[in-house]
Amino acid sequence: MSALGRTRSVALAVAWRGIHNAFTNPAFLLPSVLFPLFFFVAFAGGLSGVQNAPDFAFKSGYTSFQFAFVCVQAAAFGGVFTGFAIAADFEFGFARRLMLAAPNRGGIVIGYMISAAVRAVFVLVVVFLAGLVSGMRIDGSLGDFAALLVLALAVSAVSTLWSAGIAMRLRTMQAGPVMQMPVFILLFLAPVYVPLNLVAGWVHDIARFNPATAFLEASRGFVSGEPTKVGITAACLAAMFVLASLWARGGLRSAERAG
Amino acid sequence: MTALAHSALPTQVGLLAGRAVRRIVRQPAQLVFPILFPLILLAVNTSGLDAATRLPGFPTASYLDFALAIPFMQGALFAALNGGQDLARDIQGGFLDRLAMTPMSGAALLAGQLGGALFMGVVSAVLYLVVGVAFGAGIASGVGGALVLVALAIAISFAFACFGTFVALRAGTGEAVQGFFPLFFVLLFLSSAFFPRDLIEQDWFRVVATYNPVSYMVEGIRSLVITGWDWQALVQAFGLSALAIAAFLALSARALRTRLVRT
Repeated sequence: MSALGRTRSVALAVAWRGIHNAFTNPAFLLPSVLFPLFFFVAFAGGLSGVQNAPDFAFKSGYTSFQFAFVCVQAAAFGGVFTGFAIAADFEFGFARRLMLAAPNRGGIVIGYMISAAVRAVFVLVVVFLAGLVSGMRIDGSLGDFAALLVLALAVSAVSTLWSAGIAMRLRTMQAGPVMQMPVFILLFLAPVYVPLNLVAGWVHDIARFNPATAFLEASRGFVSGEPTKVGITAACLAAMFVLASLWARGGLRSAERAG
Repeated sequence: MTALAHSALPTQVGLLAGRAVRRIVRQPAQLVFPILFPLILLAVNTSGLDAATRLPGFPTASYLDFALAIPFMQGALFAALNGGQDLARDIQGGFLDRLAMTPMSGAALLAGQLGGALFMGVVSAVLYLVVGVAFGAGIASGVGGALVLVALAIAISFAFACFGTFVALRAGTGEAVQGFFPLFFVLLFLSSAFFPRDLIEQDWFRVVATYNPVSYMVEGIRSLVITGWDWQALVQAFGLSALAIAAFLALSARALRTRLVRT
């Protein structure tokens, strides 16, 4: 079997295990579904009055405005939850056996990324259906929504690689907050509740240079059928993917050294 | 342990409360994260939702003043979670079983355990108030109001801690206590914590927020910050906290008796 074939077989086996575990054990899947769904309900329901503020300009309504945020958030946190699963695999010894058995260990990380992507798609479908039920306005075309899905999957991949890097370095479930907090801070230092022009103070200064701002604005552009900041979003995600891949590779080497 | 068992009730409570406090202080993650996270969220929300203050009818011109009540509630939630998990760990690790073999009173065990949560409540309430004022929040009810605010925050924190203790005693596992954490967050987010009830546009959300007791706890704290002395809001907030404390203490005492009988 060629090196590529070995990588593929390892990746598919790890992915299948991750997907199987997620969909047969509600305790694994539910948090990644419930949290975005809950944020969607709480923000779109409780804060919708803020769309009446002067200079709030988003033609598709506040539910759609928040749907775009929740898509990015669900994808990012799906990656973090996959990081929790990797840490658990190390803590309970499964990952060590996996590393002994796998002919190409890079395939392990790819497998985890595939399972995170499948989970992200599932969560996005659930959130989308919840949006439709709650009267979300869709102004974007099918192509726009396909682009939104690609964006979410790219965010999921970057987040999974970041979390995998942490999980493989620390190899304990107690590393959860270390994976979660930076993602949380990056997301919430972006225009979550209102467009960037209405964000005040120091958060505005940070949000202007935060790549998550571009992700959110691009997502909202796709939802409203007026794509915006697509180029900068693609460039940021490509750069972050490269950096996160190097980070995850370093984590894998660290885990290999630990034995 | 023998000295503990034969000592008077206040001594027993003091020893167990001291242990609970030391356990928190010795685990920085238990102290720092529950205090820091609400402050980060306050900072982010204050900038992110500042535009809401420009809405007609918004009760204050500063979202920091409006949102200052939120960290107190989040601090209370974390205190409940950590307190409950500590007790669950005691149950799982067999510490409670060993205590049960001594003549120590159940009341001392409960009060001692809740001492740690009370400590967290005091520390976090004072810190949130100091940070809020340092960043420009005004307390409309003055210095007296600030003291009442701290007292109310401690009462709320204690009420949630009683709930955490009840869950820990009833279920006996840290996972069960952890499992209730999302429920706490749902209660907070589906309340008037982030937006005034009369400005919430979605009818269903306004109804949920109206029936959610957390709304009244938040509004009690908030009234001292932005309104002054709103006796109705204060009576509701203190009343609900007292009710929750009484109910969950009684349930905890019952759950403790059941657990000790099993032992």
